[in-house]
Amino acid sequence: MTDAILPPPKKDPQKRTRSQTLPSGLRSRAALGLTAAAAEGRFMLQVCGECGALQYPPRDACSTCLSTDLPWRDIDPAGELIAETTVRTSTNTYFRERTPWRVGTVRLDAGPSVMCHVHGDVPRGGRVRIINRLDKSGQGVLYALPPEGTPNMEDDPQLREITADPKFRRVLITDARSENAVALAEAFAKAGASIIFIGEPEGWRPYPHRPALEAIPNVQIVPLDVTDTASVAELAGEIGGKTDILVNNARFVRPGGIMDRGDTVFARDEMEVNYLGLMRLAQSFGPAMRGRGADGDNSAAAWVNILSVYAYSNMPAFGAFSASNAAAYSLSQCLRAEMRPGGVRVMNVYTGPTDDAWHQPLPPPKVAPAALARAIVSGLKDGLEDVFVGDVAKDLIERWRAGAKVLEREMSETDGGGA
Amino acid sequence: MAGRTSRRMGYEGVVLAAPATTPYQRFSKETAHWWIARALRQSLQSAGLGPRDVDGFSVASFTLFPDTAVGLTQHLGLTPRWLDHIPMGGASGVVALRRAARAVQAGDADIVACVAGDTNHVDSFRRMLSSFSRFAQDASYPYGAGGPNACFALLTDHYMSAYGATREDFGRICVAQRDNALQNPHAVMKKPLTMEDYLGARMISDPIALFDCVMPVSGAEAFLVMREEDARVAGLPYAHIRGSIERHNAFPEDPIQMRGGWAMDIDELYAMADARPDDMDLLQTYDDYPVISMMQFEDLGFCGKGEGPAFVRERDLTIAGDFPHNTSGGQLSAGQAGAAGGFIGLVEAIRQVTGAAGPTQVEGARTAMVSGFGMINYDRGVCSSAAIISGAGT
Ligand SMILES: [Zn+2]
Repeated sequence: MTDAILPPPKKDPQKRTRSQTLPSGLRSRAALGLTAAAAEGRFMLQVCGECGALQYPPRDACSTCLSTDLPWRDIDPAGELIAETTVRTSTNTYFRERTPWRVGTVRLDAGPSVMCHVHGDVPRGGRVRIINRLDKSGQGVLYALPPEGTPNMEDDPQLREITADPKFRRVLITDARSENAVALAEAFAKAGASIIFIGEPEGWRPYPHRPALEAIPNVQIVPLDVTDTASVAELAGEIGGKTDILVNNARFVRPGGIMDRGDTVFARDEMEVNYLGLMRLAQSFGPAMRGRGADGDNSAAAWVNILSVYAYSNMPAFGAFSASNAAAYSLSQCLRAEMRPGGVRVMNVYTGPTDDAWHQPLPPPKVAPAALARAIVSGLKDGLEDVFVGDVAKDLIERWRAGAKVLEREMSETDGGGA
Repeated sequence: MAGRTSRRMGYEGVVLAAPATTPYQRFSKETAHWWIARALRQSLQSAGLGPRDVDGFSVASFTLFPDTAVGLTQHLGLTPRWLDHIPMGGASGVVALRRAARAVQAGDADIVACVAGDTNHVDSFRRMLSSFSRFAQDASYPYGAGGPNACFALLTDHYMSAYGATREDFGRICVAQRDNALQNPHAVMKKPLTMEDYLGARMISDPIALFDCVMPVSGAEAFLVMREEDARVAGLPYAHIRGSIERHNAFPEDPIQMRGGWAMDIDELYAMADARPDDMDLLQTYDDYPVISMMQFEDLGFCGKGEGPAFVRERDLTIAGDFPHNTSGGQLSAGQAGAAGGFIGLVEAIRQVTGAAGPTQVEGARTAMVSGFGMINYDRGVCSSAAIISGAGT
């Protein structure tokens, strides 16, 4: 059984922070399909569109009928470990620093055999459940878990390499004033985060849930205004070197599109918080986090953006807000590319309308703060890159994938095209 | 197709001659071109020929990049009318032989020089692994980057649990080959290996330990394929080709490799050679790891599937034993010189059946089987090949 990890010792400031090395990120274009599925934690393989044969490794033509129609489908993850080895010498520096490393051959019930990482709690010849996750290089890899959970399963060192588990990690959540702050802090406290910094803008202005925040264990409220470059830089100077997970929770929401507003005042605020806020945080905290991706059990692990799912397709009733989120979404892709060499994951959590004052006129379903917080923590524990929380967001991304232009026309209906 | 009864044309009138081995080195600052040139020259000189006399040229190498056989013609001053490049690693020796023999038989070439060689720079093994094949890059290298050690560890682990093989069984193969290598002055491994040494060696990728792994080296091997009458006129010792087989991606439905392509074609090989396993005076298997030699004992018909462990317990695999195997020490003890690892057994077998093996000579050896195996494209070796050759007068 997996040994529980212990709280990491205090860091010796004299010691050099270990550089992040990476497993090989070289992949063929076909193999990137596995990576795309891993971003959402789905185990998908190519299935021939003509003869139905399951393919692995990813390829360009069906090995049964030569069809080139090979769509990716969700696959039954059950299988059996038919061979295993423990790699003790590796040609790759990342693995060499982490040996012994367990790998195996799993025969899927669905057909093909796959080479995969193997969790320490899987017995020799045992039944397994395959998951598909992003490794430190940001590419999809297959990993065999025991079919059911085991004690301290999440603490397996190989598994912890592909997750961003908050346990013993230090978290910064921006915008104490937001309705989500309490739920987020509670969720991280429950997940075992060792310190929860909460960035508070305009500290002189009271807000109702401050006592609730203060009552949560390990919470430290710190001054932070994401619209103020000096404020962001100052906090980064203090805690940038010990921020392991950053949750970019600040957002400015107002209804309205273009002509019903008549000026750019709110649009400017939306961009200041939702887009430039992300930029400022990333410029101040990004470099330190990227440099600490391999810094032990409390290494920098993840950057979380909470985005509106309308970043994908504009919702005219909140048209300008949608646009600022589209800008933030695009910037998050840039941040992902820049964080990748450090092995720090950028997880985007896309939500539909949240259950708050500004979305009050919209019909249900809406996403409650507790549901959002749960989705974030479980996404980190699961090692995901894209999380769609709530029915509206899940429905919208399906429709966007089916046809972005069709969705655009549907969104122009007053109710946002159903859902 | 399976079950076919039509007989293939034999290799009458075509022979193998002028075996050459350039002594291996652990690391080399030289290039594959350099090593290939050395082996080619040695082979041609032993036949009293020069580069201009060769009208067919066949090359196997991993480290020629950006060149291929084409670049080598200009580099080495050859003007062949028949040219081949064989990217099949451990299967390349027998495949080169098959193709060259048909070219000579058909008159497309008179003398084909078959050469394999690679250099081993300090970092070249790691570089080769990360881009060995697309499936390896996508689906095996990201999993621990253990390279062939890890892939064969998985096959070995599975073989052990399926057939009850022990590490001692694999050790018998390695220890016997080291014994053979001590007779070969060119072998890289020069110290005796005991079973105790073998079992006590450090693990590399369980259950593969240090002495289950070949040592990558620089080196080259060569031989000539020509008409029998030309060899006779030149006064060269030569070997006949009694039969050959080749197969790629056999048994793709096996969940993990338990057999190689030989199992599909072995009956045809014996039928073509009009021979039986008992007729073989020695066997040269492809031995990058002992498990694959054990599979070859089975798939080549020397024992049944799963009987490999019992076979190695009962037989003596040394030069003087009742089943001489990998008489030069094989790759496990002489070193693996890249694609030349696909030639080492064949070149040694030509020497053996022509009575020219010197210190590793099996007494009275007339007939040998040589098999090749290569290219862990993803989780298993894809290419397999085998041939039976005999000395003149058989
Ligand atoms: Zn098909």
